[in-house]
Amino acid sequence: MSWDLGISGLGRRVIGGVGRLGRATLFLARLAPALGVALARARLIVQQLYMTGVLTLVIVLVSGAFVGMILALQGYNTLVRYDAQSSLGLLVALSLTRELGPVLTALLFAGRAGSALTAEIGLMKATEQLDGMEMMAVDPLPRVVAPRFWAGWIAVPLLAMIFSAVGILGAYVVAVGDLGLDGGVFWSQMQSGVSVTNDIMGGLVKSVVFGFVVSWIAVFEGYDAKPTSEGVSRATTRTVVSSSLAILALDFIMTAFMLRGL
Amino acid sequence: MERPKSTDPLVTVRDLVFARDGRPIFRDLNLTVARGSVTAIMGGSGTGKTTLLNLMGGRLTPDRGSVEVAGETVGSLPRKALFGLRRRMGMLFQSGALLTDLDVFENVAFPMREHTRLPESLIHHLVLMKLELVGLRGARHLFPAELSGGMARRVALARAIALDPMMVMYDEPFAGLDPISMGVIVKLIRELNDALGMTSIVVTHDVVEACGIADYIYLLGDGRVIAQGTAVDMQKTDAPEVRQFMAGLPDGPVAFHYPAPEYLDDLMARERP
Repeated sequence: MSWDLGISGLGRRVIGGVGRLGRATLFLARLAPALGVALARARLIVQQLYMTGVLTLVIVLVSGAFVGMILALQGYNTLVRYDAQSSLGLLVALSLTRELGPVLTALLFAGRAGSALTAEIGLMKATEQLDGMEMMAVDPLPRVVAPRFWAGWIAVPLLAMIFSAVGILGAYVVAVGDLGLDGGVFWSQMQSGVSVTNDIMGGLVKSVVFGFVVSWIAVFEGYDAKPTSEGVSRATTRTVVSSSLAILALDFIMTAFMLRGL
Repeated sequence: MERPKSTDPLVTVRDLVFARDGRPIFRDLNLTVARGSVTAIMGGSGTGKTTLLNLMGGRLTPDRGSVEVAGETVGSLPRKALFGLRRRMGMLFQSGALLTDLDVFENVAFPMREHTRLPESLIHHLVLMKLELVGLRGARHLFPAELSGGMARRVALARAIALDPMMVMYDEPFAGLDPISMGVIVKLIRELNDALGMTSIVVTHDVVEACGIADYIYLLGDGRVIAQGTAVDMQKTDAPEVRQFMAGLPDGPVAFHYPAPEYLDDLMARERP
């Protein structure tokens, strides 16, 4: 019966997914000591920060500016009905620092840098580079994986802050330059309404969590990839899909906790 | 059969049994590699030659039996001791396995930087000396993607001997090379072995090259050693499976056909399975 098959197929997928999560967690446990070792070689982390962070900067700057400008247009359009357009700066700042900055940055990062991390580690495995290192008595976890993980984890919160800052500037240009809002009102509303502890720190906590999860998924998928071209391409796709879903699900959970004041 | 001059074994494989995914690869394999010799391990594709190197390097553990290298039982070593042993081994992968984000110089310097605290000037000299040995001192600024297959393998060889190992394992060093590159690699294996006082284990199916440089040859088949001896012994032997391999005959004790149902039955079968 087809519904029968459907249910068993669903069961298989769920069990497979849980098994994969378990494997990823075991991998993280193995990676943990390597993370400490890698800290002693900051040069490797800085190199990877350039590869993952700096090279993602362009897409983050451009997206941030556009998102800010769109928010200004849409927000103004709604607020002006209630004659509340003076709150536009506040609306934009809150949306960006609490939600859009961390979430969109993490999504962009997963697509731009996370997929590249997975592909790079997967290809190193496919071309026997990781095996070669093992045979040279060099453990690839602290040498290859850990610096990339650190770099991703550090880069996402920094990029999210840049995203929000650029978004606010973009909104300012549209609001003051195009829509004729008063610049002083735009900034002062923001200054009085945005709380450092709740809004900015809340957003920062989110992006730190997202950075951790995206980097974890990316290095795990790369390290776990089948060492073939098909295996690496599948792993790269999985990184983007799993990261995106994880980011959105975690965002919901964290937002629920933060709004209820835990 | 005459043994090589030194009989002091560096590697001893005893009663080795190993299966992968339920398929037996070695059943009762015994062999020794004499210190200072060039030993060739030959056999057709799928006879587990590379697996044997992985067992010697500790990347796989035997199901039964033991692999001893320099007096240490590889399969039961804790990770730290295994890594200590691997520092004294070099391995040349078929692909070269060079790190693609580093240039030739940095690839050869890699093991030195990872395992020693030598000053930069000394590393520079050592790397140039290793590259000079393989004739690629002038290629030190190239990246792996810019090298030909033969050059990549020579760089990998320079890297394998970077820390002056006691032994080097070569995985199919002659596969896919043009005749000149092949000649260069053959000469290098022999010369480096003798000049640096190393022991070399060469896994290959190239009969002519192996006979040219090896002091001792093992022929693997069916999970065991089916013949052993010097190149001269191997050429003279009458055993049919040895003759088939050494002369490259398509059919013989080792069948040309992969096991299959009767040809006619297969053609007449109505449905595809």
